[in-house]
Parts: sequence; structure tokens; C-alpha cells
Amino acid sequence: MNLSDAPILSLLLAVPAAGALLLVLLDGRRPGLLKGVALSTAVVELALSVPLFIGFRARAGAIQFAEQWAWIPALGASYRVGIDGLNLLLILLTTFLTVLGILSSWTAIGRHLKGYLIAMLLLEVGMIGVFVSLDLLLFYVFWEATLIPMYMLIGVWGGERRIYAAVKFFLYTMAGSVLMLVAILVLYFQNAQATGNPTFDLATLTRFARTLPWSTQVWLFLAFFVAFAIKVPLFPFHTWLPDAHTEAPTAGSVILAGVLLKMGVYGLLRFAFPLFPQVAQAAAPYISVLALVGILYGAFVALVQPDVKRLVAYSSVAHLGFVVLGIFALTPQGLSGGILQMINHGLSTGALFLLVGMIYERRHTRQIAEFGGLWRALPVFSVLFLIVTLSSIGLPGTNGFVGEFLILLGAFRARILFGALGTLGIIFAAVYMLWMYQRVFFGPLDKPANKSLTDLCGREILTVAPIILLILFIGWCPGPLLATIEPAVQQLLALFG
Amino acid sequence: MLQYAWLVLVFPLAGVLINAFFGYRLGRRACGALATVAVALSFLWGVGILAGLLNLPAEAREVHLALWDWIVAADLHVGLSLLVDPLSVVMLLVVTGVGALIHLYSNGYMREDPDYARFFTYLNLFIVGMLLLVLADNFLLLYLGWEAVGLCSYLLIGFWYQKKSAADAGKKAFIVNRVGDFGFALGIMLIFATFGTLGFREVFERAPVTLQAGGAVATAITLLLFTGAIGKSAQIPLYVWLPDAMEGPTPVSALIHAATMVTAGVYMVARTHVLFALAPVSSAVVAAIGTLTAIYAATIALVQTDIKRVLAYSTISQLGYMFLAVGVGAYAAGIFHLTTHAFFKALLFLGAGSVIHALGGEQDMRRMGGLFSKLRVTGITFVVAWLAISGIPPLSGFFSKDEILAAAYHSGNVPLWLIGLITAGLTAFYMSRAVFLTFFGDSRVSHEAAHHLHESPPTMTVPLAVLAVLAAIAGLGASAFNGFLEPVFEGAHAAEAGGLPEAALIALSVLAAVVGIALAWLMYQRRAIAPERIGARVPSLHRLLYNAYYVDYGYQRLVVRPLHALAQWLARSFDLGVIDGIVNGVPALVSGMSRRLRGWQSGYVRRYALSLVFGVVIVTTVALVMVRTI
Repeated sequence: MNLSDAPILSLLLAVPAAGALLLVLLDGRRPGLLKGVALSTAVVELALSVPLFIGFRARAGAIQFAEQWAWIPALGASYRVGIDGLNLLLILLTTFLTVLGILSSWTAIGRHLKGYLIAMLLLEVGMIGVFVSLDLLLFYVFWEATLIPMYMLIGVWGGERRIYAAVKFFLYTMAGSVLMLVAILVLYFQNAQATGNPTFDLATLTRFARTLPWSTQVWLFLAFFVAFAIKVPLFPFHTWLPDAHTEAPTAGSVILAGVLLKMGVYGLLRFAFPLFPQVAQAAAPYISVLALVGILYGAFVALVQPDVKRLVAYSSVAHLGFVVLGIFALTPQGLSGGILQMINHGLSTGALFLLVGMIYERRHTRQIAEFGGLWRALPVFSVLFLIVTLSSIGLPGTNGFVGEFLILLGAFRARILFGALGTLGIIFAAVYMLWMYQRVFFGPLDKPANKSLTDLCGREILTVAPIILLILFIGWCPGPLLATIEPAVQQLLALFG
Repeated sequence: MLQYAWLVLVFPLAGVLINAFFGYRLGRRACGALATVAVALSFLWGVGILAGLLNLPAEAREVHLALWDWIVAADLHVGLSLLVDPLSVVMLLVVTGVGALIHLYSNGYMREDPDYARFFTYLNLFIVGMLLLVLADNFLLLYLGWEAVGLCSYLLIGFWYQKKSAADAGKKAFIVNRVGDFGFALGIMLIFATFGTLGFREVFERAPVTLQAGGAVATAITLLLFTGAIGKSAQIPLYVWLPDAMEGPTPVSALIHAATMVTAGVYMVARTHVLFALAPVSSAVVAAIGTLTAIYAATIALVQTDIKRVLAYSTISQLGYMFLAVGVGAYAAGIFHLTTHAFFKALLFLGAGSVIHALGGEQDMRRMGGLFSKLRVTGITFVVAWLAISGIPPLSGFFSKDEILAAAYHSGNVPLWLIGLITAGLTAFYMSRAVFLTFFGDSRVSHEAAHHLHESPPTMTVPLAVLAVLAAIAGLGASAFNGFLEPVFEGAHAAEAGGLPEAALIALSVLAAVVGIALAWLMYQRRAIAPERIGARVPSLHRLLYNAYYVDYGYQRLVVRPLHALAQWLARSFDLGVIDGIVNGVPALVSGMSRRLRGWQSGYVRRYALSLVFGVVIVTTVALVMVRTI
């Protein structure tokens, strides 16, 4: 049997769902068993996603591993999934980070462990679903489905202000989603009216959307855009993020930063661009300005954050600003860099949150002022944190550089001024990250509470080491990833003639 | 042989990996020896490469080695590829040769430090980065090496991280360099936008056709590249990080912040001379900034009391000379001075390190004096370096500095030459002052330091001796050196104008050196003129120079603090107040809903499912109404 005929995508959706179901049936008082089942499920899921990468034909360009069944025939909604260069790496990122997320929760989650693990696995189903759906209704259902487990993760297992953060996260995203739903429905009904053939199929609606009057296209684009921009989050829609990140448990932050934010960018590329290419092109300069503001603004605000997690959250605003700047450059390097940088940000920010979680478990604080001189007490931790920091500031030889350079080159070729302003961001990234690093790890080890800290254990090193290896691998040999992305970039460029 | 040139990278890289993972298990001696041998092997391999290159006819001495594809995206193809030509081989030998000596020296210097494995790991990593920088065959790989050495510099300046001043200095170095790199990165982008490639060979071949000589694009590209060089090579206005970099261990100051890394900017301008030849304005800027920096830093060095600070400002000043050279088109002369400077400045720093080591950490020259008889090897080698940097024939510095001054004079820009000449006098003066204060006259060493006073171990004195020999005789190879580099810089000849004969120029520069030394001798040795009285007569000038023209203070006031205040305002008032205020205040609706949701926090999934269904129904209705009306 040909590898690409196997229903791998359906399996990817089924395995974590089955794992979650199994957990429901298990005894909640046996944490070892629960964790074992959850971790095995996530590992099987990761193993299942690898054949996608192996079987993927980078030059084919079209949708692969496609599956399609009728879902709600009366509405013309179908279960239509598939992968291409756009979502393949995001799926791998999702399965990869979920494993690490569960590993990182090994000792951190004290109460309601069962519910926590179920939420993690259901979240994975939702995220995979978002990335593989090629039917607008199916996409929307998965999109909303990710909200609930994440809301739970923040609201139940979060920090002190978890309720505020969770509600803010939920309502903010919901507000955007509603706009998107309206846009989807308008598109659906318009198409049904015009062609007499109701469908949520993305390809069909893409052909139809071109025939809509300009003003309708503009409104619909804006509706999609706001929904996705909130998720990204693009300045000025970003204020839910620092709260959500700060309050979420470690794995929640990892998944939130690593994968959920990427759903916004992915949505723009998968839906907003193909459906309304002319509008996207016309809006590109304005959106790029928002992205640039985000890059510089995120960096400035990050600089003075007293809490490490909040600092990393604002750094995400800056990094995602880079990604949006890249994709709205609408140039080959900008798009390649933007898509690659989604993966890079997932890895480096994911690792940052994992590491911050490890120190939080030991010290129960994330206030920068509470640390200082940690290198002396935790050399291994410090080195790992340093490598991730360097990746985050885009040092050549790490993955961050490849993505940022492509983005900036792409932006520069589109508009020199935008490229130049974006490049300013690399100065400020160094400022806030290195200053934070200095205050946490350098200086005298003078706080009594820090002196007795123990360095990372084997499990913790194992959690971060794979990311470190990927950071260096992508830094030196990004070839396989860029080749995977390339056909998707060509397809996107074709939209804009 | 030449196909295996990449092995020079492999030895130190192996050193990095082994010492990073097993350094402390290997023990102090093995760890240091391993790191040293790794760099020495690179040097020997470099000698082999040199031999291989010399076997080729002069015009064929340019070998491109493509290792693997690095970044490929649409029309962008950047390979991990190396360029072996006379220029890169000279740099390779300087880096690994001086590097190996300084590694050896570090075995002695760092023998008390508990963090030896970390130190040698960083040091080897630095060699890898520096070799990538000089061997890169395209702009992006050059940039990679450039940033990699910047990282090592950051780590090594802040090596004693528990000292706040060291950690601050490391961060300052990295960030100031990033300001320069901002320009460098833009230059690379502009090169790609202009040429469609980043490969050296392609860009330099196409440049005369694609670029209009003296045109805006050529000028912009070269000025942007030079911005990077200003940062890395510590020129005005981005030199402020280098004096602070002296917080690092002294071998680091010698290797990275004097002999090799800081010369990367000079190397970059020389490497891209084809572009600078098409941009006379940029070349003039390079020469002007170089000359200005040379005299500016020299004046600061006149009054410093910390021996390492004197040497740091001296380095800035000498780098200025090198930029003067490449700015007037005398590329070979610039690289030659880079090479001789690597010898004598590394020697000066290592000698200073030996003094500091002997005095138990003392760096203030006011508490030194009379050390020549106590530290024989250090003293003699330091004197050689002093005479070399002062430009006393027949030592190396005389030849290389004289070549630069002659080139400046012949370029027709007499003011540049004159300032260079004055700087030569100042250089001789401040170096003589340092030598007299440190090694001669009465001892001002504190009692307990005098008690421990000892000459350094052979691991430290052997490198001093080798460097002293090189600093003494390297000048004799001037013509062979220039001949070897000739093919690289062919077509880039400094203008030959009339005017004073060569002999007169030489006489003048020697005179400047002699005057400088004599004056220092009168002031600090004979005490015929008391320096304190001069200082007291113009106290404000002395303060101005001692505080390095208050530039750091100015940056703090005009750049750092305002930006920090802006960040505070954005974070506190704007982000939390305005943006989040609007979000939280989308008033009654949101708060009403959240109050209700707060009551639902127990988390029953069916509640959410229910609300979702409700939401969908409402939205569908809205949508239907909208569709009807559109």
C-alpha cells in the first residue's frame, strides 16, 4: 500500500481522542498509570506523525494524505482533511510539543491530574483538527474545540489570577471567532444562493469568493483577519496573551505559545489569503505596519517586565510580529521565513516556558528580582537556557536566525523601509533577553533560597534536549524544512500573480 | 590538501564538544592541553594550506569549497562554503598562530580558576567562529562567523559573571555590536536585492557591471557594511564597548579584544575592496573615521592609569590606523599592520597579564614600578613590544605603520597623514609612559604584593618569547607579505603622488616616535617635568581625557535612560492603561459575561457545549439577515 493512502490524519485525530477516553475510564487515584497512558498516547501520536514527513512529496505541491467523507450532507459540510507544505510542519510541532508538555507536567500538577491529562489530549485533537481541516465548518468546529480545554488548563490548573486570565482568553478569542463564523456563513449562503450547491469546501468557496463584489470581500477579509489577528496576537489585540501565559501551567504556556498562536497565522495563510487574495494584497502595507509596531512595541514592553513569563509573553508579541511581517511581504523569502519562523518560535518559546516552569517548580516564583547568580547553582540549566535565549534573539547558527533573516530579507525586498524597521527589532530582542538573562543567571548568588537549588534531573534534561538539538539542526541545516515549505510558498505566491 | 581545508574548523570544534561535555572530568591539565593542541593542529593545518596555495600559480590561488547548502529559499541560495585565498590564509594563520600561543598562556594564567573547562570551551568556540568568519565564501556565512565571535566575546568578557561589572560589560559589548550589525544586516539585504546572490565571487564579478561607480547603491552598500565594521572593530561612535571588555580575563583581552576579533572589520573592508573601490565616498568615510578614531583614542590613552585600559584605547587607536590604510586603498598595508599589531598587541596584553598575575591582580600602574629586574622575561618582551608599537626601526610596527602613513600621504590627503603622524607620536608617548611606570623607576608595589612577586611559569613566558621574536622581525617580511596578497587586491592600488621623498616620510615618522618616547622619559623616568603639574594646570582637560570625553555618560543620558523610560511608560501606562483598559472596558457586556462565567468556573463541558450551540444559533441568524441585506 502506498504510504500516502493510509488514513494517517484520521488516526492522528483518533489516537488522542481514544487516549482521553481511556483516561476517563481509569481510576483517578493512580497518577502513575494516568501519566503513563497519557504519555504513551502522545508518543504514539508523535510516531504516527513522522510518516507524514517521510511520505510527503515536497515537489508535488497538491494536497496529500487527503481524506474526504460526507459529514452533514444536508448542509454540504464534509470531513475533508489533507496536508501540504503549509500544515505538515505545524502538525509535527503539535505532536512533538504535546509529548514535551506532558513530560513537563510529571510532578508539577498536584490536583485533578486526570482531568488535566484529558484536557491535554483533547487539546491535541483540536489542534490537529485545525491544521488538517479543508472544510470551513470542520475547521471552525476544531477551532472552537481548542478553546475549551485551554480555558480549563488556565482556569483550573493556573496561577493566582487564573480565572481572570482564563475568562479574558476565552472571551477575547470567542469575540474573534464569532466574526469569523459570520464571515464563513455569509460566504456559505452567498455561494449556495449563487450556485445552488451549498458547501463548506474550501477549494470551491475559494473559486466562488473571487466573484464577490469588492466591498463584500473587504468585509469578509476583515472578519477573518480580526479573528486570526487576535489569536496571533497582532498588536493591538495582544493583551490577553501576557495574562494567559502568566497564569497558565507550564504545559499550557508551551502549547499556547508553541501551537495555538500559530493557528492565527495558519488561518491567515490557509483561509484569508486564498479566499481574498486581492484584499490581502491591498491590506498588506497596513497589516505590516501593525506587525512592525508589534515587533518594536513587544520588545520595549518586554524589557521592563518583572516576571519572566510575562517577559517571554511580550517577546512572543514581537516574534509573531516578525512572522506576520514576513507573510505579508508576499515575497518568496518572506513567506518561507514566516512559515519557518512559526516552527522556530514554537520550539524556542516552548523551550523557554519549559525551562521557566522548571525553575518555578523549585522556587515558586518567576520574579526576575528573586533570582541572580543562578549559573553557580544550576550550570546545566543555565547553559540550556542560554542556548534557547540565543535562539530567541536570532543568533546565526540557531534556528531563529534562519527564519528572521528570510523574513527580513523578504520584507526588505517588498519595501525597504519595512525591512529596515524590522531589522531594528533584532537589536531590541538582544537587549531585553540578555538583560533578563543577566539578572537571572549572572551576578552573585546571594539569595538564600537560591543557594540550595538543585540542577536539572534526567527527565527534565530529556524534556528540553530534543528542542536544543532541533534549534541547532535547523540553524545549520534548514534545508529539509525549507524544502517542505517551498511548494506551499509557490502556491501562495501564485495567488498574487 | 586544499580540499581538506575545512579540517581547520574540525580540530577546535572537537575541542569545544569534548571540553563542554567532559572538560571537568578530564581535569585541569588535560582540558587545557586538549584545547591548546586543537588550535595548534589548526595552525599546522593552516601552514599546510599555505604551502598548498604557494604551489599554485599566483593567479590561481583562489579555491572555493562548497560544503553543503545552508539556506535555500526560491532565488536565495546560500551555501556553507569556504574561500581559501591569500587573504583568508593570512587571517587563518594569524588567528590560529596567535590563538595557539594564547591558549598555551591560558594554561598558566587560569590555573587557579575553578571554571577552567568553561573557559577553554569558550576559547575554542571562539576559534571556530573566527575561522568561519575569515574563511566564509559569502556574506551570510561571514555574518554567521561575525555573530559567533560576538557571542564568544560576550561570554568571555562576562566570564567572571558573578562580578556585576563583568556581566554588564559583556552585555554592553553584545548590544553595541548589534547596533553595528543592524547596518551590516541591511547591507547584506541590499547586496542580495542588487545582485541576486550573496556569494563573494559572484558579487565581486558582477559589481563593476551592476553598480554605477560612485552611485548611490554602491555607496549605500559599502556604508552599511562599514557600520558593521565600526561596531566590531570599535571605531567612533561605537567603540565604547571595548574599554569595558577588559573585564574579561587578560588572555581574552589579548586574543579577542586586541589580536583577532576586533580586526574583523578591517578584514571585511579589505575583503569587499571591490565594492569600496566603486564607492569613493565610502572609502573616504572609512579613512576619515579611522584617522579620527586613531587620534581620539590615543589622547584618552595618555592619561589612563589602568594598564589594561591604556592597551584597550591603544587597540582602538591602532585599529583606526588600519581603517586609514584600507580607506585610502592601501589594503595590503592595512592587513600587514593587522598582522604585526596582532603580534605586538597580543604580546603587550599577555605581558600586562603576566604583571597583573605577578602582583596578585593589581592593574593600576600607580602601584607598580621597578618590575623590570623582578620579571625578566616579561620585562624584556614587553620592551620589544613597546618599541615595536612605537615604530622604532627595524621592529615590525615601524614597517607596517610607515607603510600606512606613506599611503595616506600619497593619497593626496595630507591632513590624514599629518594626524596619523601626530598619533604616532602620541602612541610612542603613552606606551613609553606605561613602560616607565610599570617596569622602571621606583617600586610603588604594595608590601604584600611585593612579597609574592614572582615571574610567571613557562607556559606563560614561552608564548611571550615567541611573540617577541615575531613582533621584532615580522617587519622584514613586508615585501614578501605584500607580494603574496597582491593577487587579492589587484586593481586596487593606492595612488602614487609626488611630494616629499620616501626617506623624508620615514624620517618624520621615526622622529615622531623618538619625540614621544623622549618626552615620556623626561616626564616619567627623569621626572624633569612633573606630569602632575601639567595635569593640575589644565584640570578640566585632564578630567575630560581621563573620563574618555564623557561619551559613556552621554550615551547613558541620551540613549539608554530615555529608551528605558519609554519602555516603562509603554508597559505601565500605555499597555495596561490604554490598550488593556479598552479591552477590559468593552464595558458592561464583557464584565457582565465574565461575572457569569466566573460562576461557571467548575468547568462542566456541557455548559460550554450548550453556550456554543446558543452562540451558533444567534450568529447564524445574524448571518442570514446579513446575507439577505447584502
